[in-house]
Amino acid sequence: MGTIAFYIVTVFAGVLAVIGAALAHDPLFSIHAGIFALACLITVFIGIRRHNFDGANAPDTKYLDGVIRAGVIATMFWGVVGFLVGVVIASQLTFPVLNLDLEWTSFGRLRPLHTSAVIFAFGGNALICTSFYVVQRTSGARLALGNTAWFVFWGYQLFIVLAATGYVLGVTQSKEYAEPEWYVDLWLTIVWVAYLAVFLMTLVRRKEPHIYVANWFYLSFIVTVAMLHVINNLAIPVSLLGSKSYIVWAGVQDALTQWWYGHNAVGFFLTAGFLGMMYYFLPKRAERPVYSYRLSIIHFWALIFLYIWAGPHHLHYTALPDWAQTLGMTFSIMLWMPSWGGMINGLMTLSGAWDKLRTDPVLRMMVLSIAFYGMSTFEGPVMAIKAVNALSHYTDWTIGHVHSGALGWVGMISLATMYHLVPRLWGRTELYSNKMVSWHFWLATLGIVLYAAAMWVSGIMQGLMWREYDEQGFLVYSFAETVAAMKPFYMIRMFGGLLFLLGALIMVYNLWRTVRGDTRSEAGMPVPAQA
Amino acid sequence: MSEKEIDDISGVETTGHEWDGIKELNNPLPRWWINTFYITILWAIGYMILYPAWPLVSDYTRGYLGYSSRAELSQSMSEAQVGQAVYLDQIRDASLDEILASNELRQFAMAGGRSAFLVNCSTCHGSGAQGAPGYPNLNDDDWIWGGTLDDIYLTIRHGVRFTDDWDTRDSAMPAFGRDGILGRGEIVEIAAFVRSMAGLDIDPALAARGAEGFADNCAACHGESGEGLRDLGAPALADAIWFYSSDADAIAAQISNPKHGVMPAWGARLDDGIIKQLTVYIHSLGGGE
Repeated sequence: MGTIAFYIVTVFAGVLAVIGAALAHDPLFSIHAGIFALACLITVFIGIRRHNFDGANAPDTKYLDGVIRAGVIATMFWGVVGFLVGVVIASQLTFPVLNLDLEWTSFGRLRPLHTSAVIFAFGGNALICTSFYVVQRTSGARLALGNTAWFVFWGYQLFIVLAATGYVLGVTQSKEYAEPEWYVDLWLTIVWVAYLAVFLMTLVRRKEPHIYVANWFYLSFIVTVAMLHVINNLAIPVSLLGSKSYIVWAGVQDALTQWWYGHNAVGFFLTAGFLGMMYYFLPKRAERPVYSYRLSIIHFWALIFLYIWAGPHHLHYTALPDWAQTLGMTFSIMLWMPSWGGMINGLMTLSGAWDKLRTDPVLRMMVLSIAFYGMSTFEGPVMAIKAVNALSHYTDWTIGHVHSGALGWVGMISLATMYHLVPRLWGRTELYSNKMVSWHFWLATLGIVLYAAAMWVSGIMQGLMWREYDEQGFLVYSFAETVAAMKPFYMIRMFGGLLFLLGALIMVYNLWRTVRGDTRSEAGMPVPAQA
Repeated sequence: MSEKEIDDISGVETTGHEWDGIKELNNPLPRWWINTFYITILWAIGYMILYPAWPLVSDYTRGYLGYSSRAELSQSMSEAQVGQAVYLDQIRDASLDEILASNELRQFAMAGGRSAFLVNCSTCHGSGAQGAPGYPNLNDDDWIWGGTLDDIYLTIRHGVRFTDDWDTRDSAMPAFGRDGILGRGEIVEIAAFVRSMAGLDIDPALAARGAEGFADNCAACHGESGEGLRDLGAPALADAIWFYSSDADAIAAQISNPKHGVMPAWGARLDDGIIKQLTVYIHSLGGGE
């Protein structure tokens, strides 16, 4: 019955989308309604072809893993897209001619494509598919609500396509990391509520008496992102048939809401969610118990309580009232140790298993990610201090900080997890090549170090040049001169990004051969010591 | 659920929980971790006592130090302004020649003029005032509207072809091709003649045929021998400095359907003292008269 109802709703939504496309006030809304209608059509078409009308749908295995396999593929696909667009826009900053003088390929439109592709498409798919994997195994229960997990997966891909085409075509509400317009936001809300329902109901069905720590983190991520997304995107559309809307918040309230959202996207999407990933896959990979149960409880609650206050540090020395700036700064400082709790628990879990780093490049990647996590969660509070922020704000230092977190922490933990998952999900005993993982590890590490170091130097230089006064009280440098001074560092950054992309491409090849069931005969890889 | 047990490697007891083979050790919180956490909390409380921190119904806690970022900004701005005010006042009252004559004022005007130039002018004229196609180089003596202190001051203050300013410098070259004043062949000949005046490589026969056309149509503004006329902003043509391009086709295009550059009138945007400083700075770049 539920399936039939789903298809009826889909047909209805598809028809509405066609009508919307026909009556739209602007061509962009028309295109998006058309994409939505097409997605509905494909869904119904595939559904009818596959549907077993006998009603005898016996569950195939204990766990629903097909949707996770799809999630792994989507993660790798969007990852490569996101990294590639990143290299393109880094090159555009170095060589402006690469904007091609076309509106669709200009930096302003490709930049949100890059940020959304890596955060929401790559990171989001990684979080959704690993959370489905982890919650099933740590609950001993199959994903709840039948095929709703598949709806979450495809619905989320549709959200990504609508968002991405919107950026390139120029549909934006101009809120950083929340650029999609009202109708895409509504669609994401529906998908996200379905995601929450699947996750929660699976937890309810669990066979274990307690909920594993990874699931606390995943759940806090899902719940908080829903709240952030809805409140930050409250908007009134100009017309129900047009792409333009106006956010209900105005002025400094809008700015504060935006950075409450923006910072907690970092906190709950990029930190809590990926900590959930670490808490399952690291002990699994190292085959060691989690270091401290008590630490995991304390740092979890401290983290989620303190993080939600820290957003105002994005608005130091602005129209934001001083008291809000103080709260943003002090809560960021208090956040330092709760963040590091995850790092300590991760690294200490390895005690007794450090020798595995010699033989297992995937575990090495996980350790690297935790190291970058520790580094950037220390750098963050430092940059939130007003005196430091006065120098660092608006400079490339911020970009470097974000990328040591994004490439180092989020990227490495996700990619390591994908290496761990693929042989298990496709029933292979091992990866096609461990040497290629090693190559990926070093290329990515070098890429991140080059990227972060170049941005530190260029950001601090930029900040110092902006505030340089001569003895008579006049500014010494023009803005254009600071831009010219950054060019060599932009080249280094571009090169670093290229190395990271190269590593990811090697990974895609490696995973593809693994899925095919190939193994590469490799000499010279260290073998585990025999006990 | 498994029983509590002792982990072999660390010798620490587990919590007795197990999920998919993952167990947890019952280690205490690291001392240094929890102590550092307490220290950051104490520091934060101290900071909140000293600085504005908590919203109240219609006000907020002001903090022991009574700090305000707006007050801090206006204080540091006024300190900077007091330091400069002495010179700025003198510059506002002095004539351009007097500024140039006084060592102290000239030095101050040079520094202030350079700074104002970087912020306001470098976008078009370049950080080194080297110009770009359509934006004059200010380091040379090939002035379009004049290079004396008064000329430069007037140009900056009122701009060029800036319609909102009644006193703006204004002139328009006729569109000889677009408006059908000259035929295509004549325009190509005149363009060749213009190149020959500047000593550039061109077919001499073609250039010779353009001489008469130049004398009839162009010389009134650009001068018999292409020396230009500053009163009309007509650029000198018989030199090596080109406003748009020395390419024969580009010259023909300019004759046929000319581009007319616009510069904003800065008098409405900048303080008169700053315009004077800019004047002194630009005058000093190499071509001042």
